[in-house]
Parts: sequence; C-alpha cells; structure tokens
Amino acid sequence: MSIQARFHHQLGDFLLDVDLNLPDVGISVIYGPSGCGKTTLLRLIAGLDRCDTGSFSIGQSCWQDKSLFMPTHERALGYVFQEASLFPHLSVSDNIYYGLKRSAKRSQVVSLDNIIQLLGISELLGRQIQTLSGGERQRVAIARALAAQPELLLMDEPLAAIDTQRKLEILPYLQKLHSQLQIPVIYVTHSLSEAAQLADQLVVMGKGRITAVGNISEMLTRLDLGLSEISGGLSSGLSGQSEQISMIPAQVTSIDQTYGTSLLAFAGGQFTLASTAMNIGDDVRLQIRADDVSLNLEQAKSSSILNIFPAEVLEIVAETSSQVLIKLTIGESLLLSRISLKSATLLHLKVGSLVFVQIKSAALLN
Amino acid sequence: MLSYMFSDADLTALLITLKLAGLTTLILLLIGTPLAWWLARSQWRFKFLLEAVLALPLVLPPTVLGFYLLIALGPQGPIGGFVEAMGGTAPTFSFTGLVIGSVLYSMPFVVQPLQNAFAAIGTRPLEVAATLGASKLDRFFTIAIPLARPGFLTASVLGFAHTLGEFGVVLMIGGNIPGKTQVVSIAIYDHVEQLNYGQAHNLSIALLIFSFVLLVAVYGFNRNANFSLIKA
Repeated sequence: MSIQARFHHQLGDFLLDVDLNLPDVGISVIYGPSGCGKTTLLRLIAGLDRCDTGSFSIGQSCWQDKSLFMPTHERALGYVFQEASLFPHLSVSDNIYYGLKRSAKRSQVVSLDNIIQLLGISELLGRQIQTLSGGERQRVAIARALAAQPELLLMDEPLAAIDTQRKLEILPYLQKLHSQLQIPVIYVTHSLSEAAQLADQLVVMGKGRITAVGNISEMLTRLDLGLSEISGGLSSGLSGQSEQISMIPAQVTSIDQTYGTSLLAFAGGQFTLASTAMNIGDDVRLQIRADDVSLNLEQAKSSSILNIFPAEVLEIVAETSSQVLIKLTIGESLLLSRISLKSATLLHLKVGSLVFVQIKSAALLN
Repeated sequence: MLSYMFSDADLTALLITLKLAGLTTLILLLIGTPLAWWLARSQWRFKFLLEAVLALPLVLPPTVLGFYLLIALGPQGPIGGFVEAMGGTAPTFSFTGLVIGSVLYSMPFVVQPLQNAFAAIGTRPLEVAATLGASKLDRFFTIAIPLARPGFLTASVLGFAHTLGEFGVVLMIGGNIPGKTQVVSIAIYDHVEQLNYGQAHNLSIALLIFSFVLLVAVYGFNRNANFSLIKA
C-alpha cells in the first residue's frame, strides 16, 4: 500500500517533474523554498490543477492516469489551505457539516465527535466565522477537511498565515491527529522546524523536482542536502542566520519534581530535560541545534551540562572557511554539531573518531 | 385614495408598469444569472465581444434599440414574421413586445452587478467546496449564489428601477396604447402634452416616492456592508 504520484507539468517557464512514492501512513512533509512547486504539486494531487501527463494513486484507488481524470469532488481527500478559507455565509458547525453531508459515499475514517474533541472546537461550533481568531479558524478548517472523511489529507502551509504564538497553539493538535488518526497526510511547508516536529518522511523539493526523500531524522542530518532553518522559524536564534537542526525521537520515562526535570529515553541513552510538562510514556521529539552541541575527547568529570553522551563521528564537512559541520551518531540516533575549524583541527577529528557530545539545550517538540 | 389621485387610465398604466418591471426583472435574473456566472469565470478569448454587445444598451439611444426591435419583431421582420408564419401574432404593440424590449434594454443593469459579484467571490471558496465533495452544480447553488447575495439585490433593484423609467424603447415597440402598452413614463408625457399638469404631478410624485423608498430599503439593508449600487 502506498501513495504514487507522477506528474510532468509545464507552466510557462516552470517545469514540475515529479515521480514520488510515499508510504500511505503518517505525515509526509514536502519541504522546499517558495516557488519550488510544492503547492503546485499538492494542487495536482487534489485535481485542482489539471496535468494530463500525470498519474496518482493511493492504496487501491486511482485518481488519475492516462485514461482517467477524477474531478476534485470525487477524490476522497481533505485539503487545508494556507488561509483557513471558511465559508463566510455559514456558521462554524455548518462549515463542518458541509463536508460531512457530502461524504456519504466515502467510508468513515473519523467520527464527528472525535474530530470535535481532537481539535478542541466544541465551544466554537455555534459561533459565526467573523468572531474567530486566526488560530481558531485554521482549527475549524482542519476539522472541516477531516469531516469529509478523507483517505488522504493535504495541507498547504496551514500555519504560514498565523503568528508564532498561534502556531505553537495549533501544532499540538496536528500532532494529536498524527498519533490518533490513521489518515495519511501530505504536508507542505518551508519551515524546517515544522518538518522536524511533524514529519515521518521528508520530501525535499527544489525547482520543480524532488531532491531527496527519506526518514526525517536521517534527512535532517544529511550533510549533502545542507538543510538549514532560515531564521523566523519556531526555534530561530539570531535573525538572518541559518541554523542546522537535528531531531531525536524519545519517550518520557520518569519525571523528577524536586529538580523540575524529566528523563527521556532515546535510541542511544537517557536525555535529561528541564521540563515536567509531560506525562510518563509520552512520545516526544527533541529538536537540537547544531550550535548547541559541543564535542570533547574525554568525558568531562564534572560539568554543568547534564546531557553528555559517547558518540562517533560519521562525516565532516567544511561549512564556511572557519566552521565545520559534523554528523555524529549516539547509539542509533543521529545528531549534528557545528564547531569551529580550529577546534576540529586541535581535536584531530576525523571520520570514525570517538568523542563525547555535550548537548547544551534541546527544544521539546510536542 | 388611489382613485382620488389617479384616473382609471393612470391606474392601469401604473399596474402595467409594475407588471412589466417585475416580469422583466424575473426573466433577467433567470437568464442573467447563468450568463453572468459564465462571463465571470470563462477564459474564452473573444468574451470581450459578447461583453461589448451586452453593454450596448448603456450607451445606445433607446430609440435606436426600439427601432431595430420594431423592425425585427414586426410582422415583416425576421422574428415577427416567423411567429406569424407559425400561426402566432407578431409581438409588436403588445405587452409581450414590451417585455422583450425591456429585457434587452435592462440586461446590463442585471448582468453586470451579478458578474462583478461572482468575480469578487474568487476561486478559493469554490475550490474548498470541491475538496469537500461538492460537484459543480452543488458549488454554484451552495457557495456562489449565497456569496453573491448583495449582487443579486443590486441587480434586482437596478433591473426593476431601470425598467420603471423606460421611455424610448417602450414607445417605439409598444406604441402608446392605453390599457395595453401605455406605461407611467409615457402617461406622464401624454398629460404634459395635454397640459394636464395635475395628473402629471400625481404620477410623477408616485414614481419618485416609490423609487426613493426602494433605494432606502436597499441601502438600509446593506448599511453595514459599505454598499454601492454603482460599483456593486
């Protein structure tokens, strides 16, 4: 079972040439700069734009091939646009019912009660669209898309039009969808941080083509791709600076109220995090900036840094004339570190070197 | 009170006028809605030609339109001749003729506000509806028409009011047959010709008040929407 998309679409000077195979579970994030064709690809999948030399299938259903073009309204999909685009002449609940009423022919994938609870919109149902905040609108738009009982949920930068504070409000809902629903999602974004937070698979796009596809943790640490978050993202530091991030999935194992810390198990050790705002057993994601990871040849005997792990150097590339980027592995987890060329030389770092990594801080993603 | 103000002939003229304006508006909404929808959405490269033809009544002297209609609909004309050959009566100098003339003459006043209203919706709400499983026709009735509601109000009022004030086309195609094709605007002209200023006053003030009340109602209804009949 998988999603297969093949499109060869000429739009003026722009050529979109895509041959993509994705698993039909989890969230596949399509990441790339603006103008690379992400949105066009999503519109082609939905049948909103027509490409005659294309094909698309998901599981057993074929939506488009040489001899078939199923119009958008017959494709069992949900589409969340960048702007919530709620119908202004309908109330919140009528917006949601619009899709629900027309979904009779589709097999039910999620109940209305479940949708309302997942997105926390029960208080909003009786309201008029005009009284909702930007974040509330987007949650209603997501609920409306789900109510149409989609086999595939397409999301086109659903957080791009919302300010950072509201993004942080919505992201947990998206993660809940991920963990509680079986609907595969194709999610378009130009924020690497959003991708790190949501993706199972990452599809990197550039200039109308797919550059690389793979597991999110691996893709983030692939030095040949040079993926970096341009500031303005969720975890951005100084403005104008690009930063590399890596992501380690982990599970909460214990919470220490005395020190206000939690222990998170990951493939490679136990991470101590200065936060107790979670429950034991929660699956979480740790986002770690390459600048927050420093390297030692010996294990520091006494250090203020709690998270020190043995690691092996997998790859080193010069990033600028003074800085290098190093890919490491702690057990099975992949990590990036950015240090100065001078330090790398003094430590005689090379591929295969065994080091201790010190992780100064990590952002909890969930 | 009505019979005190108006003679029987004047009352009949008023009634014919209201009937004509109402029927014309109804017909125009029925044919103008799909036409305006098509004009707002079509990418056809020669669309501008059709738009120019539809806008002609805005600039053409009504007598010119009326003259051509008189020829076309008359018993010797292509349309009137065909109707007679089929055993009917040519529609000139009849109420049917008035309706045909009014529909053509008031067409742009209905089609243009509707076209603007449909265009203002944009493609996004319709795309959203498509992704939610709504077919083309479904989208038209459940999204396009409700969202274009202010446009429908404007189109109805303009179509109705414009037909009320018609003179040239009606005179050319309908003549001035009291009780049959005589409308208020022509009746007023007749009264003035015969120096019956009192009766001309009564009919004029009735039309003035009626038009004013109609517009007050429309603007009042839309007073929160930054509403304008002209730009619609």
